[in-house]
Amino acid sequence: MGSTTSVAGQRQHAHHFKNGREEFEACKQGMWIFLVTEVLFFSGLFLAYAILRVFYPEMVAAAHHELDWKMGGLNTVVLLISSWTMARAVSAAQRGQAQKVVSFLLATFICAGIFMCVKYMEYSHKIHEGLLPGSLFSFKDLLSVDKVGLFFSVYFVMTGIHGLHVLIGMGLILWIMKRASRNEFGPNYFTPVEMLGLYWHFVDLVWIYLFPLLYLVS
Amino acid sequence: MATSTVQHGDNYINHSQGIMSWLKTLDHKRIGIMYLFSILFFFLVGGIFALLVRLELLAPGMQFMSQDKYNQAFTYHGAIMVFMVIIPLIPAAIGNFVLPMMVGAKDVAFPRWNLASYYVYMTGALVAASTLFMNGVDTGWTFYTPYSIRTNTSAAWVLMGAFIMGFSSILTGLNFIVTVHKLRAPGLSWDRLPLFVWALYATSIIQILATPVLAITLFLLILERTLGIGIFDPKLGGDPVLFQHFFWFYSHPAVYIMVLPAMGVISEVIPVFSRKPIFGYKAIAAATFGIALVSFIVWGHHMFVSGQSAFANYVFSLLTMFVAIPTGVKVFSWLGTLYKGSLRFDAPMLYVYGFLIVFTIGGLTGMFLATVSLDVHLTDTYFVVAHFHYVMVGGTLLGFMAGLHYWFPKFTGKMYKESTATWAALIINIGFNVTFFPQFILGALGMPRRYADYLPQFETLNRLSTVGSWFILLGFLVVAYNLWSALKSGVKAGNNPWGALTLEWQTPSPPPHENFTNDPVVTEGPYEYVGEKALMGVNGAV
Ligand SMILES: [Cu+2]
Repeated sequence: MGSTTSVAGQRQHAHHFKNGREEFEACKQGMWIFLVTEVLFFSGLFLAYAILRVFYPEMVAAAHHELDWKMGGLNTVVLLISSWTMARAVSAAQRGQAQKVVSFLLATFICAGIFMCVKYMEYSHKIHEGLLPGSLFSFKDLLSVDKVGLFFSVYFVMTGIHGLHVLIGMGLILWIMKRASRNEFGPNYFTPVEMLGLYWHFVDLVWIYLFPLLYLVS
Repeated sequence: MATSTVQHGDNYINHSQGIMSWLKTLDHKRIGIMYLFSILFFFLVGGIFALLVRLELLAPGMQFMSQDKYNQAFTYHGAIMVFMVIIPLIPAAIGNFVLPMMVGAKDVAFPRWNLASYYVYMTGALVAASTLFMNGVDTGWTFYTPYSIRTNTSAAWVLMGAFIMGFSSILTGLNFIVTVHKLRAPGLSWDRLPLFVWALYATSIIQILATPVLAITLFLLILERTLGIGIFDPKLGGDPVLFQHFFWFYSHPAVYIMVLPAMGVISEVIPVFSRKPIFGYKAIAAATFGIALVSFIVWGHHMFVSGQSAFANYVFSLLTMFVAIPTGVKVFSWLGTLYKGSLRFDAPMLYVYGFLIVFTIGGLTGMFLATVSLDVHLTDTYFVVAHFHYVMVGGTLLGFMAGLHYWFPKFTGKMYKESTATWAALIINIGFNVTFFPQFILGALGMPRRYADYLPQFETLNRLSTVGSWFILLGFLVVAYNLWSALKSGVKAGNNPWGALTLEWQTPSPPPHENFTNDPVVTEGPYEYVGEKALMGVNGAV
């Protein structure tokens, strides 16, 4: 049974793979399949949103004014920057520049942190005002609008699940940062960084769709 | 870590000792066996609920249950059998063990995720089962809104359990797809893949594409119950029929998650025992994907009376009929393989013959239900109950039993007693038909499903059905006894007792820790039973 040793670190590929290349290819395919399941998971929510707009167009138009497009826009910018820093972290890992990997991942982590802080401010404002899902809705100015709670149901569920993905991503970033600082990655082995990158770009992409659909209804 | 030299007598069972070496194992074979025992345990639980339901229906009037308890009994029966038993049964138990060996790999692509999928499954199953000690659940396994929002039973926990189990299904599917793509032995081209591998591959694709939709549906329903978000709640402006669309978008393809693996088993067992190359290898593989594809565009046939548009009814009715084409291709290919082959009556084959008859009846009655005008009459009657039991129990469970007897010598290295296995197969097959055939008639006569009581004129057929359920119980007890005593004191099976040509038989039984003593190289297709080799197989001289 052959074995490969990466330049940085002493890692062997798992016993059931022929070589490190095969292991990397398998992980990459597995990750893409996982992302397909994620797309389908979110597609259910996007469909629910589409139906809401078809059923109650005026309600959606009235309700979306309660979302602050400046905050949403700020978060979009923050996530776009984080995608760029993540891409730089991946290419640094491929070249075995451990210090750079750690720095770029830290930058990504900070961006994600800013995103969650902004999200927290938005959420606490809405909860305070009573802009809540479905039966919990109690914001006085909009109570006259029929079914208005549904918009906030969709808003909270979609952004909530997306936020959960950001939080999970932040945890993963810390873990990979720690491994990078131990000099585990190099030209022969950078699979975890690459997979983290794919995941993170997906999380950003979901937000790119969520932002105009929820905040910028015309 | 791993060594390439296999010690004499080393196998996956004695490779390491102690309960922890099982609970923490990354070996696909051990994980498959753990799945097998866990699923069979839940099969027992779901079966007990079925027997209770049948016992209550032994006579008109209420026998020993309250009507609320009856609602819970059929809900638990359905939910346990669908989510905990029939969906994982063949892929996660048999497939986990056999698929990597069939492609000549040492393990699945991601062994850690494979073990994780087992624990995810157990977590989900226990969360769902814990409601037995709370307020139960009485929604039926379909969780239709708005009732599932209003019921004051513990529905949210069952939903949470099914939601969690979905991830184990996704992990298994993902693992199988990557394993088939990346870990095939040298020479094992796609057109040499055993049909069981093709079947599991297609099943995995359905699991990947459909299960996330179920996950988000169940998640929304949980939020509906806990926060009142209103998406499925007509009172808040939501749409209860949307739930049905979401649910069946998963649950119709799920029917093929259940039955495609069983068809894969049938495709393995028939050529081995007929000693003939399978008839229409490419046609069967293509039909597998035909079924998988069509399965995603027919969900509306569950909703002919839900108020969806008449045009949608026509379209879904027509599309559903297309399912019959690839299914027919398979059935005729199997018959073509049997034709002029050596017809044997070993236990696996008895389940195959049962499958062919029962599944054909199940499939044809599916055409009845796909016809809108007829379905309006038959919706929510026992005809539907009989139909899906013929497909799911007759299809999946008989296919599983064929596979269990076929691969048992490989799993354990022991051989069960053939005469006992023959009796058990006969009892199960007859018991099944006695239980469920009367339900077709009951349904056609108009007896509604899910009622705890019925009119006096339905008594004879209901009695017959209940007596049949006792025969099924008896049959499974005999199987359990037979396999258990084979495990304890059975004769050595040998490496390849059936003379099969697929890779998992070209290695010791039970297989060594890394499956093969030498890395296998494949030089021909899996069913080339011609001349010498066919003869060799019959004589058991392999
Ligand atoms: Cu269906």
